[in-house]
Amino acid sequence: MSRSITRREFLKKSLAGAGLTIAVSMTPFGHKIFAIQEGKKDIPFKPNVWLQISPDDVITVYVNKSEMGQGIYTSLPMIIAEELDADWKWIRVESAPARDEYKDPVWGSQSTGGSTSIRHMHDTLQKAGAAAREMLVKAAALTWKIEESDCETIAGKVINKKNGKSLTYGKLSQKAAQIKVPQEPKVKTGRPKLKGTSMARVDIPAKVNGSAVFGLDVQVKGMLYGTVERPPAFGAKVISYDEKAALKIPGVRYVVPITRGIAVCSDTVDAAWKGKGALKTAWGKGVQPDMNTMTLEAEFLSYLDKKGLIARNDGDVISTLKKAAKKVEAVYLLPYLSHVNMESMNCTASVGKDACDVWVSTQNQTGVFELAKKITGLKPEQINVHTTYLGTGFGRRAETDVVEEALEISKATGKPVKVIWTREEDMKNDFYRPGNSCRIEGALDDKGNLIAWSHKVVVPSIFARAMPGAVKNGIDPAAVEGIENMPYQIRNIKVEYVRIDTPVPVGFWRSVGSTHNAFTVESFIDEMANAAGRDPLEFRLSLLGNNPRLRLLLETVSEKAGWGKPPKTGQALGIAQHFCFGSYVAQVAEVSVDKQTGRIKVHRVVCAVDCGSVINPDTVRAQMEGGIIMGLSAALKEKVEFADGGVRSSNLHNYEVLRMHEAPEIEVHMVVSNDKLGGIGEPGVPPVAPAVANAVFKAAGVRLRHLPMNPETVLSALRKG
Amino acid sequence: MIKLTVNEKEYKVDVLPDVPLLWVIREYLKLTGTKYVCGMGLCGSCTVHIDGKAVRSCQMPVNEAIGKKITTIEGIPDDHPVKKAWIKEQVPQCGYCQPGQIMEAAAFLAEKKNPTDEEIINHMSGNLCRCGTYPRIKLAIRTAAKKGGKQ
Repeated sequence: MSRSITRREFLKKSLAGAGLTIAVSMTPFGHKIFAIQEGKKDIPFKPNVWLQISPDDVITVYVNKSEMGQGIYTSLPMIIAEELDADWKWIRVESAPARDEYKDPVWGSQSTGGSTSIRHMHDTLQKAGAAAREMLVKAAALTWKIEESDCETIAGKVINKKNGKSLTYGKLSQKAAQIKVPQEPKVKTGRPKLKGTSMARVDIPAKVNGSAVFGLDVQVKGMLYGTVERPPAFGAKVISYDEKAALKIPGVRYVVPITRGIAVCSDTVDAAWKGKGALKTAWGKGVQPDMNTMTLEAEFLSYLDKKGLIARNDGDVISTLKKAAKKVEAVYLLPYLSHVNMESMNCTASVGKDACDVWVSTQNQTGVFELAKKITGLKPEQINVHTTYLGTGFGRRAETDVVEEALEISKATGKPVKVIWTREEDMKNDFYRPGNSCRIEGALDDKGNLIAWSHKVVVPSIFARAMPGAVKNGIDPAAVEGIENMPYQIRNIKVEYVRIDTPVPVGFWRSVGSTHNAFTVESFIDEMANAAGRDPLEFRLSLLGNNPRLRLLLETVSEKAGWGKPPKTGQALGIAQHFCFGSYVAQVAEVSVDKQTGRIKVHRVVCAVDCGSVINPDTVRAQMEGGIIMGLSAALKEKVEFADGGVRSSNLHNYEVLRMHEAPEIEVHMVVSNDKLGGIGEPGVPPVAPAVANAVFKAAGVRLRHLPMNPETVLSALRKG
Repeated sequence: MIKLTVNEKEYKVDVLPDVPLLWVIREYLKLTGTKYVCGMGLCGSCTVHIDGKAVRSCQMPVNEAIGKKITTIEGIPDDHPVKKAWIKEQVPQCGYCQPGQIMEAAAFLAEKKNPTDEEIINHMSGNLCRCGTYPRIKLAIRTAAKKGGKQ
């Protein structure tokens, strides 16, 4: 089940070509099904923009979301196939071009993020499949001159219930194309056939044999290679560069100043890099030349004394804290993180007089499309965005910085250009997960009940740059997510947000604000349980109020992990939960600490997840496994280092990520509440860091409030006791 | 002109001798299954076989590969037990690092028929996966080694 690589062919077929093409769009007022185009005969049946049925029975599903490992090229077609009663073996998947009709109906943009793909597309695709099935049934009823109610659909065929005869969807496709599109197709009500069953991922064979095309793999006839010299410090400007020396390197064709730096363009990739070296670019100082890791950390901590904006204020936190039987105060400090997408940022662009093509591994087709329109001045119909596979995304590929570079270079040279970032460029020019600090105060009454929680978070704003409209009353939703809506029922809660602006650009990093807020909330709830002399699980359960989903999840995860039973020698268990992106996840980490070396070993993570209902169970499992490992990587190892007003971390030797020998055994348990669909790409990440910190506290008696929990942090905490 | 033998095919490439083999394979020969990640030999995504041994192609100047038998992911048959196990265990997520993982695992299993879990982990820890497919890689190697895994 491979994807065709020529989007142009697709566009010709679907937009300029013949055939019945109908779109299903979901507006806040419900579904609207409308014809885009009426066409000729003898073409595949394309009841809507989402699918096409050919006379040879092949069903092509056009997926508007980017495949970055979350299995969306399988899960979204499953929704259509379910509703269509299709035979799964005939399903083929194509990535949809960037076009208005493929915009996410909830966001109004074609983009992938926020663990929303299934949640946002489910109803639309269900209607799309249902409409096609009704048309096929009608076509069969007309053929057999029987009532539609005498027809049923099974595995890609319409069956005549009267005599058992059948016609395949392929055979019916021509006739079905002539039928009026139903405006209110009925969706199936019975037991699902595909949904809830683990289906093999359609993208895996190509990813195993090496034929899957990622952005970096794009080869366009006559293309040149582009590389860009960018400022080493944030905000630094070019003083001088040696254009002639670069042009002397064999193969170097152009040296072009662009918005983000100086571009070198050449026949080969090695010549481009040699040419860049030959530029010997001199840079001015950045906007904050003395900025480094230590100055940033000191700034984050000093901002804890500033007054912030109040995101939540229930009861009377201040006086409750004053008169509490017991009070606990703690300060947390978390670093900036880099995405470290395995496929470094890259883009291939071809800007011509009457057409512009962009090949890119992007999470943001609409952003790429709009940028191409702006830079080229071409008409929308002249712009083609080709989405490749993404060598991970994690939010980084929602940004279009590299696309801007490729478009500007191609426009300046008139040649197709592939811009490849080196690992060093990728790490030094990221939109980082924001560093942050917190001061949390909690109060217990004389019976050990949690009666007040005051939480001040100091963190840069992602949304202020990325989506300013989402910032309400000055409060960035990511800054306080997971704090202001913590599930614990405490009478007195205050959540305060202090925005800090530093020169370091920040962006969306898998699970966003939850990456840091889950750590501080779930660590501190453990601190309060300890202060109250109560079991961390029992303490949490006692604060849940009416929350059956989370209660069941915590009970499930603790039972599966053997909570309360004596642990193996030297090991301890820690628990944490977090709700984000519509899903509940709880995890228990089984940990030991080597007090000599400060090394933490995470032996096992038991995970329970409730994402409402499940489309592809094996994908849910895979996303939990991957989320836990990425979360653990950040918890134990990751920290961006800064120096001289820029980023010092440069590659995997000084920004290490988790390797196989550090990965725990992982057990995933799905709790199906049949509640509203939740997301699955991100919610696996947040609970693991606090679960590990809580286990470390039990194993070694030290509370780790700084991340990462590397040997240095552990030894320093052990020394302080 | 440099002569290379890749996947049993002869290539003549007009390239400087110091260019890393990785970039010659990817951008000159257009065999893009072999991936670039770090360029420092730290992640294993560029792993190919040179005379049957797993080698980080980003660390090998192309002239050192002259006269040697180079095999890339494209040269491993689809019915190879490692490729089959990778599909059976549904290992890849984004898939980007997987050709390197498969090349590493194939060379490893060619030398060590029935590795223990510890041997698998020790051997494969040089290959990074940002999606966190490690549990499944381990499982797939067990499956490929016909040890059956947890089936």
